[in-house]
Amino acid sequence: MIEINQALAASFGLSAEEYANVLRIMGRTPTLTELGVFSVMWSEHCSYKSSRVWLKTLPTKAPWVIHGPGENAGVVDIGDGLAAVFKMESHNHPSFIEPYQGAATGVGGILRDVFTMGARPIANLNALRFGDPSLPRTKRIVDGVVRGIGGYGNCVGVPTVGGEVNFHPAYNGNPLVNAMTVGIARKDRIFLSAAAGIGNPVVYVGSKTGRDGIHGATMASTEFDASSEDKRPTVHVGDPFTEKLLIEACLELMATDAIVAIQDMGAAGLTSSSVEMAGKGGVGIELNLDHVPQRETHMTAYEMMLSESQERMLMVIRPDREAMARAIFDKWDLDFAIIGHITDTGRIVVTHNGVVEADIPLAPLADDAPLYNRPTTETPKRPPLGPVADPVGILAALQKLIGCPDLCSRAWITNQYDSTVGGQTVRRPGAADAAVVRLEGTNRALALTTDVTPRYVFADPEMGGRQAVAEAWRNLTAVGARPLAITDNMNFGNPQKPEIMGQFAAAIRGMSDACRVLDFPVVSGNVSLYNETEGRAILPTPAIGGLGVLDDAAKSMGIGLQPGLGLVLVGTLVGHLGQSLWLREITGREDGPPPPVDLAAERAVGDFIRAQIKAGAITACHDIADGGLLVAVAEMALAGACGAHLDRAPKGIDPHAFWFGEDQGCYVVAVLEPDAFFLEALVMDLPAIRIGQTGGGDLKLDGVGTISVETLRAEHDRFFPAWMETP
Amino acid sequence: MKLVVTVMLKNGVLDPQGKAIGHALTGLGFEGVGEVRVGKRIELELNAADDATALAQGEEMARKLLANTVIESFKVELA
Amino acid sequence: MRAAIVVFPGINRERDMAIALTLATGHAPRMVWHKDTTLDGIDLVVLPGGFSHGDYLRCGAMAAQSPIMPAIRAHAARGGLVMGVCNGFQILTEAGMLPGALLRNSGLRFLSQDCHLRVENAATDFTRHYQKGQVIRAPMAHGDGNYFADDETLDRLEGEGLVAFRYATTSGEITQAANLNGSQRSIAGILSPNLRVLGLMPHPEDLVDTLMGGTDGLPLFQALAAA
Repeated sequence: MIEINQALAASFGLSAEEYANVLRIMGRTPTLTELGVFSVMWSEHCSYKSSRVWLKTLPTKAPWVIHGPGENAGVVDIGDGLAAVFKMESHNHPSFIEPYQGAATGVGGILRDVFTMGARPIANLNALRFGDPSLPRTKRIVDGVVRGIGGYGNCVGVPTVGGEVNFHPAYNGNPLVNAMTVGIARKDRIFLSAAAGIGNPVVYVGSKTGRDGIHGATMASTEFDASSEDKRPTVHVGDPFTEKLLIEACLELMATDAIVAIQDMGAAGLTSSSVEMAGKGGVGIELNLDHVPQRETHMTAYEMMLSESQERMLMVIRPDREAMARAIFDKWDLDFAIIGHITDTGRIVVTHNGVVEADIPLAPLADDAPLYNRPTTETPKRPPLGPVADPVGILAALQKLIGCPDLCSRAWITNQYDSTVGGQTVRRPGAADAAVVRLEGTNRALALTTDVTPRYVFADPEMGGRQAVAEAWRNLTAVGARPLAITDNMNFGNPQKPEIMGQFAAAIRGMSDACRVLDFPVVSGNVSLYNETEGRAILPTPAIGGLGVLDDAAKSMGIGLQPGLGLVLVGTLVGHLGQSLWLREITGREDGPPPPVDLAAERAVGDFIRAQIKAGAITACHDIADGGLLVAVAEMALAGACGAHLDRAPKGIDPHAFWFGEDQGCYVVAVLEPDAFFLEALVMDLPAIRIGQTGGGDLKLDGVGTISVETLRAEHDRFFPAWMETP
Repeated sequence: MKLVVTVMLKNGVLDPQGKAIGHALTGLGFEGVGEVRVGKRIELELNAADDATALAQGEEMARKLLANTVIESFKVELA
Repeated sequence: MRAAIVVFPGINRERDMAIALTLATGHAPRMVWHKDTTLDGIDLVVLPGGFSHGDYLRCGAMAAQSPIMPAIRAHAARGGLVMGVCNGFQILTEAGMLPGALLRNSGLRFLSQDCHLRVENAATDFTRHYQKGQVIRAPMAHGDGNYFADDETLDRLEGEGLVAFRYATTSGEITQAANLNGSQRSIAGILSPNLRVLGLMPHPEDLVDTLMGGTDGLPLFQALAAA
């Protein structure tokens, strides 16, 4: 028997003050299981203790928001009686330890967050950041993560339709794997997690419980001796086949009136699901662990309560529907076990082998959870970049940029993800600024994207936070969708360092401003802190998952050029080179402030673009982002296998700044009738200039030179296959 | 008792996984690596009257499900 | 045309297939559970794509032992139409209803991209609405689509006109580069001797709508609807 004391609590991650609170709440020394419950419920992951004060300031409301943050996923009204259910979540640390399983179980976890609300998952996306590609370790991690995302997503039959991948040495020891799932439900059939109905059975369904991923802290405790090698917590292993069965079984049961409440068992498994369900419902819960389906022998109460075995759900059902519910899970060959019932005690009581292993009042467990307003320091503003000469010339720079790891073709990755299963994928990866997926049986479609530019956030967290939200909004706009809401995945370093907490607070401020001006609220999210290796933090990475809706899927816009069209730049471009990829790739500098985002201009230009797409005036549309205007045009040329003849850069602006500056709120559009288009822009008082004409097989730049689209394609396609397919 | 069923691709069936592993081993500096073949080892607990019955049952399992005899060969042994 | 789609646990393209069949035949196909044992009143049985039983052990191996399989065999023996796509093709080879096997892609990676298929035999109830030699586009999405059979079997398939589709370039050439998964003789789809059972790896059911990028797969379903 091990002694429960402050030292053990500390090894479980509880501070002295937090442990004192545990003692006060319990009025006695807690049992090992109780200590485990407190430690996971009060962990950063479950309690958001460092981030909550800031998260509360995010705008979360709009007339179309049905459920904002606080549920398993966000829910928005998308018309026709339907709701979109979506969320993004990180699996960073597990993906570093074991890239394949880390990424795979990340996908599995976020899928469960969505179908637990009654939604059929229809699309997966991701946001991935890796270290320096020249390190062998980076290659191994990329290979495993890509296989893992594909291995899980392909098997469950949910198309992976979009995402982003970037490289930076700041992620060398800490890659980011953020996975997003979007599902569809009838808006009057959303399932929530608040338990109700005294005496109602608590049902466990899905896979059996093993010792997967149990709380690393206990490894060091004296509980395990050398003879118990088999008891060691293991890497979580995903089973997408069981997940697929679980999706089908849950959705089948959800078509009936059997379920009162449902929640997936994610981090801290049985503990967080049971505590949150009972807590939200204001009831109590009693669990008898003897009935938990177990994969291993001699598991303790502590292990069962903290196991993170995958593909499991907890439900409260109507007692008179038990037989029917059981029959559905039997049909799908899944475990179905009644492991407890709802009580009116306001406590969680856990028994095992006739012994009460935990008995905790739920209200203080939730209400007295730690909340920290950690000190912050502002990131100093970067001085202006000043003039930078062009050392290589426009076409040489284009060739280098279009082939660099951050801008080259992602086909090697996306070709490993099934993007067409479901038969509703209108715009596949790379074909448009956002993925477009039609809703089966309707003309409606969702547009989906993930965005953030971490180097901007690092240089100016507030502007970078603003930019991340604005870019998501812009990418949805560029396909013609009406942006509705976002999910955020806040990946940061150690919050106990004031400069990191300062990054967090400023990024939230910037995001909030953008959400407000763009009517683009946050409806779900996830926070991942302590992303550091040997004291060095990752770039602050608030990844944004954006969702928009198109009333007519046939009106969605791609980026591919066709011949015979005018090319127009809409928005104000001054040639901002600070923090640009041109600056980094061509001059080797990561310097200057990031491009400013003028939210009012962003909104005006975006609303205009969307209206013009709807009116049929535009045949291709691409926003200006990484790499600037010329990279945007080159990407459009590659996507459509069609060249363009481009005018000289306007007077008063350096050509390399014009072609490669990363000014925000700008779009390149291909239009059939440029004059009519200019008139429309003029009426709205928006900046629009002609930059060229499409056609031919080359990019011809007046006064600069010519490069063929096929030469660009060879550069664009080279990196990933050359890097990954050679030993 | 416990049966061990080893399933290997038949000779003549290309084994790209084995080829890749061979390349990787050579790349890691292991010299003299020849052909590499990858297979499966299936361990199963079985209640049977005697060894001969168990082996016969194992053979039948392998032929029916555990191996695809179009491309794979198998061996059944007692552990 | 009364069609049925067999639902094995873990398959995931049954909805795509149902959409394509509904579009071509005008009515929804019957969904048949793998534990069912009868296929009464059915003209066409479709085994869809996905990961039956997680593709654990071997793709299609466990599904090939399902309770529904004897009924599918009997249906085929009566001359009924059977089509297996992707995992469905793997199940048909595992069940011995079509010769050969589908091995791991030669590049050892899952392949999800459009490929081009040359129609090798247009005189079947599946391919009647195509021309022999016509090139059609179809999405592929598989990790194990590398068709293997011994030379004798391959010679027989070719000699008897039982190769339905081959991987080809857009202009119909059979090249190594166009043979993305490394299949023997670039074979993408094969037929039974009576031409009534078809197995193929790519997904014509995912290209039946201009909105999804094209309708190259639609004639296959229209031919079946007219059969």
